[in-house]
Amino acid sequence: MRKPEIEQQWLVAAFILGAVLFNYPILSLFNTSASVLGIPLLYVFIFAAWACIIGLVGWIAERHG
Amino acid sequence: MLQGWVIVAASFAYLCLLFAIAFYADRRADQGRSVIANPYIYSLSLAVYATAWTFYGSVGRAANDGIGFLPIYLGPTLMAVLWWLCLRKIIRISKVNRITSLADFVAARYGKSALLAGLVTVIAVLGILPYISLQLKAISNSFTILAQYPDIEMPDKSRSVAILQDTAFYVAGILAGFTIAFGTRELDVSERHEGMVAAIAFESLVKLLAFLAVGVFVTFAMFDGLGDLFAQARSDSGIAPLITPFEGVASYANWAWLTVLSMLAIMFLPRQFQVSVIENVDEKHLRTAVWLFPLYMLAINVFVIPIAFGGLLRFPQGGVDADTFVLTLPMAEQQTGLALLAFIGGLSAATGMVIVETIALSTMVCNDLVMPVLLRSRRLRLSERTDLSNLLLDIRRWAIVIIVMLGYFYFRLAGEAYALVSIGLISFAAVAQFGPVVLGGIYWKGATRAGALAGLSAGFLVWAYTLLLPAFARSDWLPAEFLSHGPFGLELLKPLELFGLSGLDQITHAMIWSMLFNIGLYIGVSLLTRQSPGEHSQATLFVDVFSRTRDPSTLWRGTASAPELQRLVGRFLGPERAGEAFAAFARERGLTSAAELEGDAELVQSAERLLAGAVGASSARVLIASVVEEEPLGIEEVMNILDETSQVIAYSHQLEEKSRELEAATNELRAANERLTELDRLKDDFISTVSHELRTPLTSIRALSEILHDNPDIDREERVRFLAIVIKESERLTRLINQVLDLAKIESGKGEWHTTELDLREVIDDALAATSRLFEEKRITVTTDLAADVPRLVVDRDRLMQVMVNLLSNAVKFSEPDKGRVQVSLQRRGSWAQVDVADNGIGISPEHQHAIFDKFRQVGDTLTDKPQGTGLGLAICRQIIDHFDGKLWVRSRPGAGSTFSFTLPLEGRASALDAPA
Repeated sequence: MRKPEIEQQWLVAAFILGAVLFNYPILSLFNTSASVLGIPLLYVFIFAAWACIIGLVGWIAERHG
Repeated sequence: MLQGWVIVAASFAYLCLLFAIAFYADRRADQGRSVIANPYIYSLSLAVYATAWTFYGSVGRAANDGIGFLPIYLGPTLMAVLWWLCLRKIIRISKVNRITSLADFVAARYGKSALLAGLVTVIAVLGILPYISLQLKAISNSFTILAQYPDIEMPDKSRSVAILQDTAFYVAGILAGFTIAFGTRELDVSERHEGMVAAIAFESLVKLLAFLAVGVFVTFAMFDGLGDLFAQARSDSGIAPLITPFEGVASYANWAWLTVLSMLAIMFLPRQFQVSVIENVDEKHLRTAVWLFPLYMLAINVFVIPIAFGGLLRFPQGGVDADTFVLTLPMAEQQTGLALLAFIGGLSAATGMVIVETIALSTMVCNDLVMPVLLRSRRLRLSERTDLSNLLLDIRRWAIVIIVMLGYFYFRLAGEAYALVSIGLISFAAVAQFGPVVLGGIYWKGATRAGALAGLSAGFLVWAYTLLLPAFARSDWLPAEFLSHGPFGLELLKPLELFGLSGLDQITHAMIWSMLFNIGLYIGVSLLTRQSPGEHSQATLFVDVFSRTRDPSTLWRGTASAPELQRLVGRFLGPERAGEAFAAFARERGLTSAAELEGDAELVQSAERLLAGAVGASSARVLIASVVEEEPLGIEEVMNILDETSQVIAYSHQLEEKSRELEAATNELRAANERLTELDRLKDDFISTVSHELRTPLTSIRALSEILHDNPDIDREERVRFLAIVIKESERLTRLINQVLDLAKIESGKGEWHTTELDLREVIDDALAATSRLFEEKRITVTTDLAADVPRLVVDRDRLMQVMVNLLSNAVKFSEPDKGRVQVSLQRRGSWAQVDVADNGIGISPEHQHAIFDKFRQVGDTLTDKPQGTGLGLAICRQIIDHFDGKLWVRSRPGAGSTFSFTLPLEGRASALDAPA
């Protein structure tokens, strides 16, 4: 398959991953009073997932560039 | 102590620095060494998304519902993932078509519709006004608070100030001035503002650094790191619930809708469209922007919750608006420098937004609202003017002033009723209405102008009803009953619980209804209406922008004179620029000067694009039409666009047709083959039967002859008997051969027919006479019943005799001697004469009744019974009767005799009269 198509599929997959991570019911798993190093779990999860998505997209976009 | 003049001086110094940057970038651009032509500046300029609303409002919202503000930044992150797919397409389309604004884009997609452009402009302006007023509110509030330093006092909302004493009024005026300076110094053919982009990118850095500085200070200086801050927050009964903010399904629904809303906002806010599409230098920059811009979003949000919680912990007694924590926390800690930095950060966030937004809006207002009206209503006056470029700039300057001032009045009248975030979301929901028509427009060719108008209008009306009117009601512009009991007391139409939908927050509720009406009408009306040829060609240009090989000028049919075109362009761009552009066209075509240019379709197209850059696509179309003899785009051209497709379809139709024909031919051949095989088999059967029938008499003749030959002394009596048999068998053989020949002749149509007019009764009498010996031999009684009313017929007498004799002799053959009775009758049945020959013999079983008419078929066991005929008699009879268009059949029951009947038409047969052959 041609490279641009593969890249677009990667991006769509990353979008779906993000949409799933930042929505019910995944979010509800972290809506607890538990914490990591004193930081609330929900807060840690969202920012970690956010950073992962950014990293993934950066890797996809720059790899094909 | 922080004097007011210090703050003012710092603000001016900052704004002047911005202006210097813009000036520098513009100069570099003129020298062809653009500073913004790199992906990092592009990504930073996109961060104009983060306004004062982000800078102050996010903290305010976080102090109310924890991380509930985050979808506003997660949405753009998700959208950015798809930018390489959809934003790149929009950029490419805009570059190809010289799009200058969002209104222009929508109008161009739907057949360069001026009406649609105007509608988009109105929605954008009305939708964005609250957002602009929010920036003014943020700047004036932060200024007022900072001026009280070191005291922390909230601005008094109840105290009304005269306009001339209102900080916000001066803020608005200064911002308008700066925007005019940034955006309307000269008219650019592509609406690009390099200096502005550079300044915006710089502002993005400033606001990020300021916010991070406050965040780090709050987290690590006021508290002992994040762990300590959250530990204190958890022990505070007021803050603890904010750590797990989700409660019930509705809160997740609100979260999801907020994400969708901001996904649309990042694409369709006029300022985002301006920086991401219009100001884009190279679409490859998107590769960096798709991760760098979300990273910026993440960075500016990391400390929102710590600052919010820190503020709540620091001011436990309340009284300090959470929207101001970014500023008031450093103030409370006596950090003069940091407080000033925070103020400058908020200022940069607000000014960046106001500058880009009003430039984008003023372009839309000028190109898509004012110019079309001026061009249509006062074209005569306009066409007298030789240079309109100054008029265009003036219109834009006034548009900027009016928009900023409208924002200010909105702030004075309505702004105080809402927190920052709520105001911003109202604007988000307004621009989200552009989502369906733009995204649908670049992927769905079938979307029509009427569909776009209907969807956009409906979405906008629902937005106004569910978000704008309630805002007015809260500002006491409308009676409060309007909110609590609906208009005219109609509870079902309550603007905040439309059609009884409740339990959602106001934005989610408005988004659900407006999107439902918007998308529903957009799709429904598009399906119900047809595109004009012009619309269709634009739709194809947009949707197929990546695969398009055809030059758009081929879609244009028209001619004009080149000097006239140049004059027209010159009026809007200035004569020198127009001269340069036309000279460049001439060079491209290998001509020495613009005077040699011909006003062909390609030049018209180029001129229209030049004009579109200055006044927008729909206005350019009107202008060009005034000097060009345009032949309307006919159905023929549209068919050309569809040429390849229709050729393929036609070809496939041909193939289908061919294959159907082949199939039919194959079926015919197969049927013919089957018929031939059957005939071949019949012929084989016939030959083998005939030879068998011939051999039987031959064998007995030969055997008896040999006996007579080998035994000369055989006695006479015996000899006579043998010779009698030989004679009888020879006769049978002769008869057989005659009959075979006869049958062959009749079947092949070569039989001889001698038709005469005759009376059937005579034929029957003759036949009875001829067979009377047979009856007498077996003493069988014959009775006749011949009706007298049967007219004479035209038939072959001998053939008919043959049939009658055959039937009579058969009747004798199968009747018992002495007891047999044969009844012959003739009667008239309508237009037919019918002859019946009935006997009381052994009868024929039903399964044999058909077979007896076949050749060589004799009923009975041929192995044991001696054959009593040749087996060809009835077959010949049927052929004869068929020849006269009659019918021959038998009715019989075993043991009860048989009745053979035939009919002949009384009219006779035309061919039978004159066709002996």
